[in-house]
Amino acid sequence: MDRFLAFWSFQDPNAFWVLMGSSVLGFSAGMLGCFPFLQKRALVGDVLAHAALPGVTTVFLLFHTKSLLALIIGAMISCFIGYMLINYLVQNTKIKEDSAFAMVLSLFFALGIFQLTIIQKTPLASQAGLDTFLFGQAGALVGDDVLLVLGIASIIVVCVVFFFRAFKYIIFDPTFCSSIGMPIQRYERLLAILVVAAVVTGMQLVGVVLMAAALIIPPAAARYWTDNLRAMIIIAGCIGAFSGISGACISYMAPKMPTGPWMVVSAAFIFIISVCCAPNRGVIARLQRHLRYQRRIHEENVLRSIYLATGEGAFIPEDLVEAGEVLQHRSISVRTFDRVCERLVKKGLALRKAGGIALSETGFLYAEKLTRLHRLWELYLINQTVIRADHVHADAEEIEHVLTDELEAEILAELDQTTKDPHGKTIPGGT
Amino acid sequence: MNDQSVKNPAIEVHDLTVSYRGAPALWGVDFGIPEGTMTAIVGPNGAGKSTLLKAAMGLLPLASGSVQILGQPIDRSRALIAYVPQKEEVDWDFPITVREVVVMGRAGRLPFYRRPRHNDYDTVDRCLSDVGMSEFANRQISELSGGQQQRVFLARALSQEARVYLLDEPFAGVDVNTEQAIVTLLHGLRDRGKTIVCVHHDLSTVSNYYDYTVLLNLRLIAAGPSEVVFTPEAIQRAYSGRLRALDQVAEKLRQQEWIKRA
Repeated sequence: MDRFLAFWSFQDPNAFWVLMGSSVLGFSAGMLGCFPFLQKRALVGDVLAHAALPGVTTVFLLFHTKSLLALIIGAMISCFIGYMLINYLVQNTKIKEDSAFAMVLSLFFALGIFQLTIIQKTPLASQAGLDTFLFGQAGALVGDDVLLVLGIASIIVVCVVFFFRAFKYIIFDPTFCSSIGMPIQRYERLLAILVVAAVVTGMQLVGVVLMAAALIIPPAAARYWTDNLRAMIIIAGCIGAFSGISGACISYMAPKMPTGPWMVVSAAFIFIISVCCAPNRGVIARLQRHLRYQRRIHEENVLRSIYLATGEGAFIPEDLVEAGEVLQHRSISVRTFDRVCERLVKKGLALRKAGGIALSETGFLYAEKLTRLHRLWELYLINQTVIRADHVHADAEEIEHVLTDELEAEILAELDQTTKDPHGKTIPGGT
Repeated sequence: MNDQSVKNPAIEVHDLTVSYRGAPALWGVDFGIPEGTMTAIVGPNGAGKSTLLKAAMGLLPLASGSVQILGQPIDRSRALIAYVPQKEEVDWDFPITVREVVVMGRAGRLPFYRRPRHNDYDTVDRCLSDVGMSEFANRQISELSGGQQQRVFLARALSQEARVYLLDEPFAGVDVNTEQAIVTLLHGLRDRGKTIVCVHHDLSTVSNYYDYTVLLNLRLIAAGPSEVVFTPEAIQRAYSGRLRALDQVAEKLRQQEWIKRA
């Protein structure tokens, strides 16, 4: 707890800079990640991140330097080679994209691990600390490194803003974009370079193994909250920033803890909340919609049963029928019936008196309309398709709840007569 | 076949060959389409109909031959051509509204960093009302039916204010009302002197909808005014197994990694 307060008091300048670095990195990666996410190329980030590792270790082995700038340049070169290799394999062999991804990812990572082992056996090992590049260590970021991270992250954000429209267009409809002469290959390459930049700046903070998560989880979570790409990018950026901050904070409180896994776990936490709670797309919202639909069906069914029990015809005020009569038309329990009736009364569709239940005028018209749709649909099925007469009722039971006025008009237009249903009953409510 | 050379053609295809993974997808095709007509490209599956449009737009490398549109190579005439891809080619769950899709049609006229202006949006709204989609302008594209999707694509093409329209299966997965609406709209464009070319599947409507027909099956089977070339005999030749030899030759070439005709 003390260290938590110490972190947030910003008294440790190093902690403050790490906080800045990780939040800006999280923000830029989350924003940028929206594009590969929508392109359905989420794995690209993962492959490029793994492909960065041998670049880092080679630079260290050759030059014995730990300067982040030098390591980043090495990582970029090795990412670039990986990217070209994938393109070559896909274009010139029968190997499909996913296999090329898997091969390049594991080959480059193996090379990196292999060199890392060599480094650990040398006297330089103790000061190298290169293993932090696997899972990230926010504390290992010092002084100028943070400025470098801030610089690259800002470039990424500026590019995302500047090329927003172009990226949106080429991802949504690349064929059309080439047809109007947009240089889509150039934009795709730019996007790949930005992903590489995000990956290599995240190396020390998040680690190469988990960097893909920083690119993909925030957009995946953000997609639940909005249908607007601009908003999605901002939300993804904020989720990324939050995960960066919490990763850095935990890493400060427990210095042995790697930052990357904590960043991923906190992003995943937000993702789970999004999956559950987001309006419209969230699980809870969908469940609610489903329940509301179920309740409406129950209400409409009971309404129609009352209508049938009163013997149809014209509206008579307070035309009471007993529960038993209604239940002959509908196999539901008395308890359900009571509960649904209560809701109907509350909505002003029915009224309950001592002798039973009656429809209000609105309730009557509603029920008449449902009956009409039910019988129209039966008639339509019999006339326009090959179906046995005793099968149409079950079908109409479902369809009567979903037919709109436009569909009704369409059905009417296709039928010759619309007064009697296939069972000879009158279709009510005709005009 | 029906070698009626067209004077001042809107689209001129000369000895066009396109190969896909070593096999020819389109083979030595020659024809011209006069300006101000509506043309159907007809042929069995895999005949190279979509390939023809894509090659004309310069979206595929040509193994040989050339395509000229309005008397110029494609890279010079792009601004005058609107291309409508098959609607299956895009992800309809993409977070974008109908209006944003249609405004893409203006992108060819604007530098990439420039936001569309008021007059661009005026054009977009007019095009949306032309296809009867005004009330859907701010809807997400994921909420649209197949017919509505096609109308949106058409509106986008209209907003390009082109002289030549190339449409890949504009009637696929579309309801009867939409089909009628689209045909009326395209006829209107043609009557104003625009050139329309559609990849078309429904043989029963070809003669009604189109003035001109191009029958393809890897090679050109026939091209010319519909009433002249769209004969049962030509259809038979395009669709029947009599061309099986052609398929087999193509397969042989694929095995040899055939790239180019001498």
